[in-house]
Amino acid sequence: MLEIKGLNVWYGGIHAVRDLSMSIGRGEIVTLIGANGAGKSSAIRAVAGLVRDWKGEITFTKPDGNSVSLAGCPPETMVKLGIAMSPEGRRILPHLTVEENLTLGAFTRSSKDEIEESMEYAYGLFPKLRERRSQKGGTLSGGEQQMLAVARALMSGPELLMLDEPSLGLAPILVAEVFGIIREINRQGRTILLVEQNAYAALKIANKAYVLESGAVTLSGAGAELLENPRVREAYLGG
Amino acid sequence: MGINLSFDMFMQHLINAVGLGSLYGLIAIGYTMVYGILRLINFAHGDIFMLGAYFVFFATVRYKLPWVLGVLTAVAGATVCGLLVDRIAYRPLRNAPRISALISAIGVSFFIENLSVVVFSGMPRPVVQPPLLMKAFSIGGVRLVPLAILVPAISFAMVAGLLWLVYRTKPGLAMRSISHDIETTRLMGVSVDRIIALTFALGSALAAVAGIMWALRYPRVEPFMGIVPGFKAFIAAVFGGIGSIPGAMLGGLSLGFVEIMSIAFFPRLSGYRDAFAFILLILILLVKPTGLMGEKLEDKI
Repeated sequence: MLEIKGLNVWYGGIHAVRDLSMSIGRGEIVTLIGANGAGKSSAIRAVAGLVRDWKGEITFTKPDGNSVSLAGCPPETMVKLGIAMSPEGRRILPHLTVEENLTLGAFTRSSKDEIEESMEYAYGLFPKLRERRSQKGGTLSGGEQQMLAVARALMSGPELLMLDEPSLGLAPILVAEVFGIIREINRQGRTILLVEQNAYAALKIANKAYVLESGAVTLSGAGAELLENPRVREAYLGG
Repeated sequence: MGINLSFDMFMQHLINAVGLGSLYGLIAIGYTMVYGILRLINFAHGDIFMLGAYFVFFATVRYKLPWVLGVLTAVAGATVCGLLVDRIAYRPLRNAPRISALISAIGVSFFIENLSVVVFSGMPRPVVQPPLLMKAFSIGGVRLVPLAILVPAISFAMVAGLLWLVYRTKPGLAMRSISHDIETTRLMGVSVDRIIALTFALGSALAAVAGIMWALRYPRVEPFMGIVPGFKAFIAAVFGGIGSIPGAMLGGLSLGFVEIMSIAFFPRLSGYRDAFAFILLILILLVKPTGLMGEKLEDKI
C-alpha cells in the first residue's frame, strides 16, 4: 500500500536519508530499525508530510486500488488519505484533556457518529484513557502518554498507522504492553509502519524489517529472519 | 488634591471605567490571541481598530447606510483588512526568524496609518452619534446615556461568544493546540494557515467593533486614533497575562479602572492620564512578568 523508491531527505542541511526504498503491503507490520540518528525519523516524517525537502517517489495505494503520489502533499492530505502518525516523544498536548487530544486526532472527520465510534474503539484498546478522559494530557504518566499518542493517531481512522519510537523512555513491562496493543491493532486490519531503536521488540512483531545505517538501508528481510542474523544480533541486540 | 467624591459621582466614574476598560479589553484580545499562536506582536492591530471606525464613518455619514448595516459593513471590511495583513505581511515570514515578522508588523502599521492619511486625509472628522444612543436618563442620582450601557454589554457578549468558540468548537481546539505545538497540530490534519487566518479574522472583527464604539464615545475619527488605544490595549494584554483571553479582558478593565479613577480622585493629574498605563506595565513586569492570568512562557520577544 506504500511504496517508497529512492527516497533522499535533507534535514537541517544534512543528507539524512540516502536512496531509501521500501515497500509496505496491506495488513503488514513493517519496521525500520537503526541507531539514533540513522535517519529513521526523517524518513517517516517525509511520508507524514512534515518534511518537505525530499526527493524520490512515495506512492500510496488507496483501498480502491488507485495510487497517489505523495510528493509535495501537506500533512492534512496524508491524514485524509488514511495515513496517521504518532510522533517521536509522544507530543501530547499537555494543556488539553485526554478527550480533547483525541478529538484533535479526529480533526479531519466531520461525522459525529464516526468520531464517537473511534473514541469508543480507542477507549476499548486503552481502558486507562477512559478513566482519565477529563484529565489534562500533561498529568499522565509516560506510558499513558504513549498510549494516548497511539490512540490519537487512530482517531482519524487511518489505513496506515505510523509509529515513531513508541518504546522511547518506557519501562520494559510497558514496552511489552504497548507492543502487544500494536499487534492487536494490526490484527484488526490496520497496516503498521514502526520506526524503532528497540530492535528486539520491533523485530519480534514485524513481518518485514529494514535496517537503516547512516541514512541508507544495509539489511532487510523478514522480522524473524533478522532476529537471527549475526550482524543484527551484534549491532542491535547485544550479541 | 481634594478627595471628596459622592457615591453618585463614584458610580458615574465606575460606569465610565467599565466602558473604557471593556474597549481596551476587546482590542487586547486580538493582541493576545495572535501572540498566543504566533508569538508575534501584531502592531497593525491598533490600525485595524482605526479602520473599523473609519469604515463605519464612511458607511453611515458619507453613504447614509442605516446604522446596523453600516456597522456590519465596517466590521466585515476591517476583518478583510486584518486577513490581508496576515496574508501579505506575516504569512511569507512564517518560517523566518521572529524578529523579521516583528519588523514587518511595525512596517505594515506605519503603512496603514500613512495610507489612511493619503486616502482619508489627516483631518479629524466628526462622527454623528445616533440620537437614540445619547438620550440621557437617570438611575438614582446617576445620569447615563444608553451608549454607556451598550458598550460594555456588547463587549461582554462578544467575549462570551469568543470563549465559546475557543473552548467548545473544533477550530477553537485547533487554536489552543497550535499555541502549544504547531507541528503536532499539523500532524493531526489541521490546516494551520487557515486556523491562523481565523484567529486574525476574529481579532480584527473585535477590534473593529471596539473602534466603532470608540468613535461613538469620542465622536471623531482620524488616521492615528489607533496608536494610543493600541498601545494601551497591548499593555492590558500583558497585564492580564498575554495568551489568555479572560486575562486580556481583565487587563483591559483594570486599565480602564486605573485611568478613570486616578483622574477622578486626583483631577490635577489628568495631564498624566496616558502615563498610568505605562506605570501599570512597569509594575506588572517587575512583580509578575507573566501577568495576572498568564502561563509561563519560555521565551518572549
